[in-house]
Amino acid sequence: MSTLTGTGGLVRLILRRDRALMPVWVVIPCLIPVAFVSAFDAGYPTAQARAAYAATSVHNAAFTVTYGPLSGSGLGELVTWRAGFIPVVVALAAVLMVVRHTRAEEEAGRRELIGATAVGRHAGLAAALAATCGAALVLGLLSALALTGAGLPATGSLAYGLGLAAAGWVFAGVGAVAAQLTSGAGGARGAGITVLVAAFLLRGAGDVSARSGGGLGGLSWLSPIGWAHRMRPFAGERWWVLGLAACAVAALTASAAALSARRDLGGGLFQARLGPATAAPGLRTPLALAWRLHRGPLLARAAGFTVLGLVLGGIAQSVGELLDGGSPAARDALARLGGRGALADQYLTAMMTLLGLVAAGYAVQAVLRLRAEESGGRAEPLLAAPVGRLRWAGGHLAFGLLGPAAGLVLAGAAAGLAHGMNTGHVGRELPRLLGAALAELPAVWVFAGLAFALAGLLPRLAAGAFAVLAASLLLGWVGAELRLGGWVTGLSVFAHVPPLPGGDLSVPPLAVLTALAAALTGLGLLGLRHRDLPVG
Amino acid sequence: MSDAVSVAGLVKTFGATRALDGLDLVVRTGEVHGFLGPNGAGKSTTLRILLGLTRADAGTALLLGADPWAGAPELHRRLAYVPGDVTLWPNLSGGEVIDLLGRLRGGVDRRRRADLLERFDLDPRKKGRAYSKGNRQKVALVAALASDVELLLLDEPTSGLDPLMEEVFRDVIREEQRRGDRTVLLSSHILAEVEALCDRLTIIRDGRAVETGTLAGLRHLTRTFVEADLAGPADGLAGLPGVHDLRTENGRVLFDVDTDALGPVLGRLATAGVRGLVSRPPTLEELFLRHYHRTGATASTTSTGSATSTGSTASTASAGESAEASR
Repeated sequence: MSTLTGTGGLVRLILRRDRALMPVWVVIPCLIPVAFVSAFDAGYPTAQARAAYAATSVHNAAFTVTYGPLSGSGLGELVTWRAGFIPVVVALAAVLMVVRHTRAEEEAGRRELIGATAVGRHAGLAAALAATCGAALVLGLLSALALTGAGLPATGSLAYGLGLAAAGWVFAGVGAVAAQLTSGAGGARGAGITVLVAAFLLRGAGDVSARSGGGLGGLSWLSPIGWAHRMRPFAGERWWVLGLAACAVAALTASAAALSARRDLGGGLFQARLGPATAAPGLRTPLALAWRLHRGPLLARAAGFTVLGLVLGGIAQSVGELLDGGSPAARDALARLGGRGALADQYLTAMMTLLGLVAAGYAVQAVLRLRAEESGGRAEPLLAAPVGRLRWAGGHLAFGLLGPAAGLVLAGAAAGLAHGMNTGHVGRELPRLLGAALAELPAVWVFAGLAFALAGLLPRLAAGAFAVLAASLLLGWVGAELRLGGWVTGLSVFAHVPPLPGGDLSVPPLAVLTALAAALTGLGLLGLRHRDLPVG
Repeated sequence: MSDAVSVAGLVKTFGATRALDGLDLVVRTGEVHGFLGPNGAGKSTTLRILLGLTRADAGTALLLGADPWAGAPELHRRLAYVPGDVTLWPNLSGGEVIDLLGRLRGGVDRRRRADLLERFDLDPRKKGRAYSKGNRQKVALVAALASDVELLLLDEPTSGLDPLMEEVFRDVIREEQRRGDRTVLLSSHILAEVEALCDRLTIIRDGRAVETGTLAGLRHLTRTFVEADLAGPADGLAGLPGVHDLRTENGRVLFDVDTDALGPVLGRLATAGVRGLVSRPPTLEELFLRHYHRTGATASTTSTGSATSTGSTASTASAGESAEASR
């Protein structure tokens, strides 16, 4: 029996289990660039208009960080550049899917059930990789087809699609390695996402540096996310970059297989150690238990937010330099935008929204821990002790509200520190950016409140809070370009956050968002008070 | 003295499923009460209602004299609970879980905790994810038994324990019984366990109590198994009222007889000449089969007289019993 016996059957099992989930992440990313094609066609119909658009956008560092470098003003270049965040989404989906079908299965004990049948040692890993890479390839080809169908050259479309697929492949490999390291699926996801965030930041920093003539442009080459952009679709395709991705995939797959062969079922590279025989004196309340459960993720995210703030803030100074030595048109653009400081602020405002989105993701995740405790059967023994259900839920809610707040404080302070040191005005930038980051907090709390309300009222749909967050992200991203009505973009929670720093701090929207968050939280408490527990 | 648990006409539906359908249950203070039923009969739902976690659709429930829903967190100071399916926090050690749950209830008896850990042979330093099913069960048991509470609610507490540990569990419960000030509601589908431990029991099927009383009282309702080695043919035995499942094996006659028909039957046996006679009360297993054999279920012959074969399930039953079972 080879180590791969049974892979085909396991692939079919994965397809069966993900038959609802997989089409969502395969198809939606294909539709977004098509939407951009019609948007650019309608909004910037002439080559001149596109050139003007490109001349302005190329100097927007927020765009460069989020979407990657803009290589020209052709329709294909504009569209694929504007869709430049998709590789990150595909990579995230790939990491999550591989972990879901490897380590999560193992942790849940189902891998044991499968492993006892006539299935090879590496079949589970191989099947997860094959299914994920296959899905990424389908996603890439569908994207290429869709762009070709929308009237773009086939070669560039194919390069764009394969770039997406490659991002998916590499991060499937990252997920496979991460799944071998820890014995918990949560840790594996965390490790994979950390690599993804690092890749994103490397690419962003490298691209901004390259644009402003700095010496760190090479950083982008270290980032697998950057490779999709480095293929230069529609701008003289560089196919050999695919080889780079292939080498990375091969190396990652080989490492994952080697690690997997060395470890026992259920074990990780980092073995679980023995714990204390008695509990610390403080572990005597539901809140203390919540602290134990949220502590690890909180510390990891605190570090992540700090790094994110340092990098994003560190880049801000070079934003103004983007226009130095630019064309007269670019200097006009700079003047129109309000000078160098305003340009940096515009960039920082966009980055604050990004921080807000990340913090909202964390908030939802932390609140949903409550549901995981409930459906996992761990709430029951606590609630059978003299612990009120609201006290139990409150512990998790506290971390859903305060964890992201701590993250935003750290990110804002770090960004202010980095930007302030670059400009020599730490005393000015630190409070300014700290305040700007905190302005995102009410919007973040709306998501925490939403997740909590769902957990209380519609517990089985609680994960839907992530869907609302994704919709908010999508609206903010494509809404302006597609010229959707103001009321549609207004549906995005983050559209109501005042543009800080630089813009006016208007309190009413923040007050409304806070009140909304409080109302949602109240609904959640009401629901929890009255409903049956536990709901599986 | 009031009853520790008193439930009447309890109804609970989950969508189209009627989990409890007018359940009555009384647990007297100080007794060990067996709550016996097959999987899915409604035992865990009943316990969750008693814990105030789930709200009943109809009927009344009193726990330690109070409404379990309204009195939820405060009442729990006086009870300890072992869930049917114990899951632990993956990154907390067993010792931490025991201490946390004990402290939430108001304190852990250190000596008792150490004693129980030793008797159950449990390493408290392992993390939750490293324990096997049986060891997770032990963590929950130690946490519950080490607390000084009036009422223990145990939902299939020995599932996953090996026979040695089952014996330890029984010893511990017997000690509680001798102390006399603790009430235990022990849900189980393991007959021998209930037979060995319980003062009284309630049998539940499809969300209703079908029988309740002492073991002796229930036996009174049932048949006696008789195996006789006869000198001559026992003509007419089959025709006597109250005789069931008559068969002959190796020259012996075996049958079940209703208790109130025992006299005439023994008379007939004596007439035929008895060379050897074995008679015994029905095991709980036989009671169980009688109550849980559903009409239409696969009927197969099961060997009687195996009170210790704890693994028997409700789907095996003598073919002849289906008539009474669907009462």
